[in-house]
Amino acid sequence: MELATVLPVLWFAVIGFGVLMYVLLDGFVLGLGILAPFAHDGAQLDHMMNTAAPIWDGNETWLVLGGVGLLAAFPAAYALLLSTLYLPVLMMLIALIFRGVAFEFRFKATRGRRFWGGAFSIGSVVVAFAQGLILGALVEGLPQRSLAGVPSMFAWFSPFSMLTAIALVFGYALLGATWLVLKTEGPLQALARTLTRPLVLVVVAFMGLVSAWLPFLDSRIMARWFEDGHFWWLAPVPMLALVNAFMLWRAAMAQGRDARPFVLTLTFFALGFAGLVLGLWPYIVPPHLDIWQASSSTSSQLFLGVGILFLLPAILGYTWWSYRVFRGKVEADAGYH
Amino acid sequence: MDALLLSRIQFGFVISFHILFPAFTIGLAHWLAFVEWRWLRTKDALWRDVYFFWLKIFAVSFGMGVVSGIVMSFQFGTNWAVLSERAGAILGPLLSYEVLTAFFLEATFLGVMLFGWRKVSDRLHFFATCMVALGTLISTFWIISANSWMQTPQGYLVDARGFFQPADWWAIVFNPSFPYRLAHMVLAAFITTCLVVGGVSAWYLRRGVHREAALRTLKYATVFAAIAVPLQILAGDLHGLNVGKHQPVKLAAIEGHWHEGEPGQGTPLVLFGMPDQHAERNDYEVAVPRLGGVILKHEWNGVIAPLTAVPPDQRPPVAPVFWAFRVMVGLGLLMLVLAWSSLWAWRRGRLGSSRWLLDFWRWMSPAGFIALLSGWYVVEIGRQPYVVYGLLRTSEAVSPNIAAAAVLTSLVVYACAYAVIFGAGIWYLRKLMLVGPVPQPPKDTRGGEKTPARPLSVPDEPVDAPDPQQEPG
Repeated sequence: MELATVLPVLWFAVIGFGVLMYVLLDGFVLGLGILAPFAHDGAQLDHMMNTAAPIWDGNETWLVLGGVGLLAAFPAAYALLLSTLYLPVLMMLIALIFRGVAFEFRFKATRGRRFWGGAFSIGSVVVAFAQGLILGALVEGLPQRSLAGVPSMFAWFSPFSMLTAIALVFGYALLGATWLVLKTEGPLQALARTLTRPLVLVVVAFMGLVSAWLPFLDSRIMARWFEDGHFWWLAPVPMLALVNAFMLWRAAMAQGRDARPFVLTLTFFALGFAGLVLGLWPYIVPPHLDIWQASSSTSSQLFLGVGILFLLPAILGYTWWSYRVFRGKVEADAGYH
Repeated sequence: MDALLLSRIQFGFVISFHILFPAFTIGLAHWLAFVEWRWLRTKDALWRDVYFFWLKIFAVSFGMGVVSGIVMSFQFGTNWAVLSERAGAILGPLLSYEVLTAFFLEATFLGVMLFGWRKVSDRLHFFATCMVALGTLISTFWIISANSWMQTPQGYLVDARGFFQPADWWAIVFNPSFPYRLAHMVLAAFITTCLVVGGVSAWYLRRGVHREAALRTLKYATVFAAIAVPLQILAGDLHGLNVGKHQPVKLAAIEGHWHEGEPGQGTPLVLFGMPDQHAERNDYEVAVPRLGGVILKHEWNGVIAPLTAVPPDQRPPVAPVFWAFRVMVGLGLLMLVLAWSSLWAWRRGRLGSSRWLLDFWRWMSPAGFIALLSGWYVVEIGRQPYVVYGLLRTSEAVSPNIAAAAVLTSLVVYACAYAVIFGAGIWYLRKLMLVGPVPQPPKDTRGGEKTPARPLSVPDEPVDAPDPQQEPG
């Protein structure tokens, strides 16, 4: 096979991997912000934030990699997606700014403490919501075929994208809750456990709603799932997801095995992501550009691909090391020494 | 106003805010690595106090750099979609290498640097500091390469769609203006930090607090400035020659040089004037004959191409380039005076006590930021009307599919958000500086799983309580 055929496939995998890493890793940090209103007081919110304080920045970097990786490998997609989704992207960026600085500012403030707590919480909800809007717009298909299209500020707005937006907020909340089960003890862990089961139910319900809606969308993007008997050989993905959700439900209240709920939420998300990618493939700007049409050039994809081959394992290596440095339970008063 | 003008205002606004923080943290990361190294070597507790003081400043500044940087990596797509589509095959890999080789390194080791004091050994902690410092340099390498390629593009082909395609990656990364711009930027970042470190130290000496630490750090700032500022002037001169070679119109704008002079008369150096874009001349001009040619060509009869050598629609706005350059050079010369007069005062044993000198340092603490911004305005306004020099106009690069109303919305939202974020950030930085390098209790040796994740190293004590020490006067 020719490089020009293979490389875009590999790059689709690399960007998919980057986005999945982002969703999983920043997902739980955003989840902490979404769950912030459940914190009993400022000290408990400190406790929640301290579980992620040393690692949130690295987690967010996967989003930047997804963005510039898309520019490098599929510039036409980067240009069309971001300019068409101008307002949801703006919403996400502004909210990321407030969420991010809250980690630094909240611990330096006395009078501004509640404000930055609010920035952390509302920022996280808005980031999740905006990312859900972008996801919904992608699945529905973009209205514009190329940059030459007529400006349409609100093309991403639809009942379906509202549904995916709310679904993602609850999805990240579930990641955040199970992360807290893993990283804390005592009252905060108990709170997180109590939240996990209802969140599992809500997330499964949203996944069901989104899936049930897919056949009725105008675009044919997710049609693969429902045509030519494909559903039967793709069926293991939703089946596994259901089994996974059931195991997660059971693990939520099981004392002593604190890592299980989080790991099961990660696999649950990975299965959902797989279902999405199976439907979108091989489009990068559904339904207009496939990965070959949007590709930069063999030279660009090769030049960066060789670097990725060595750098990605190194990044995963030291990321793993930093999680090891900060392993174990984070104490409630960790911030006051 | 149309989407183009609004997009340009927005880009200029967000990148101007953004660049201040990376520029400061590049130097500060290296300063921290140096200070921690001194502490490890001498075990002098004062070094550790100095380390943790600047670490707090670093944490706040780095945080603001990160969040404002994320905006940059998406803005090329939202507002400059045509640039992204046409030059993405070249700019994308350069920016991706920045993320892969620098951003992950910085972000991951920053966590250990800020929160790992009790979790890892002293040596490993020092290693983390060094990795963060290295990350800032690698990041500078790639982003300056990408910027320089847009200034002096080479190693590319243009395909049938008008898209830039890479032909020679070595030529792309090491394009003609890259080494000069990289040296000039890294030195600028280091000097910016040096002036802040020296300025804050002078402020403490002036107030009579933290005297021992402040005098020590002021001496290091003096030595560094005395060496780095002359080097920077040399780097700037070489960079200027390079601009003359590859971007002659930009150089003519810098010089306010409109028309070809008389043969054999060289090129005058315009010290002052009010450039008039339409009349193609400077009002109230004050010029030194021949000096321009001597500086720019290193020749008595040196001539440079005038602005009128190209049609008006290929010239940048002259006045902002002309003025920004003079601000930068003026501040650079003041920095030289500061550094050398400090050396002189030191020799006479008056470095820590000379009031006017300490005040000079205080007033110069923001000079690096202003000079750096001015320099970037020269670079970026001077390359107009092109975004990829000579090849792609800024007006063609803007996203054609965005509504002006959308860009106006984003511009207003950014302006409000940045006012809040950077206002608060600068407020907290000021408060941290008011507290200063206070003694740190020794490292807890209990170790193990139960040690707090957020140790004394990190500034948990609220700082927006009433001032711990009132500023005199």
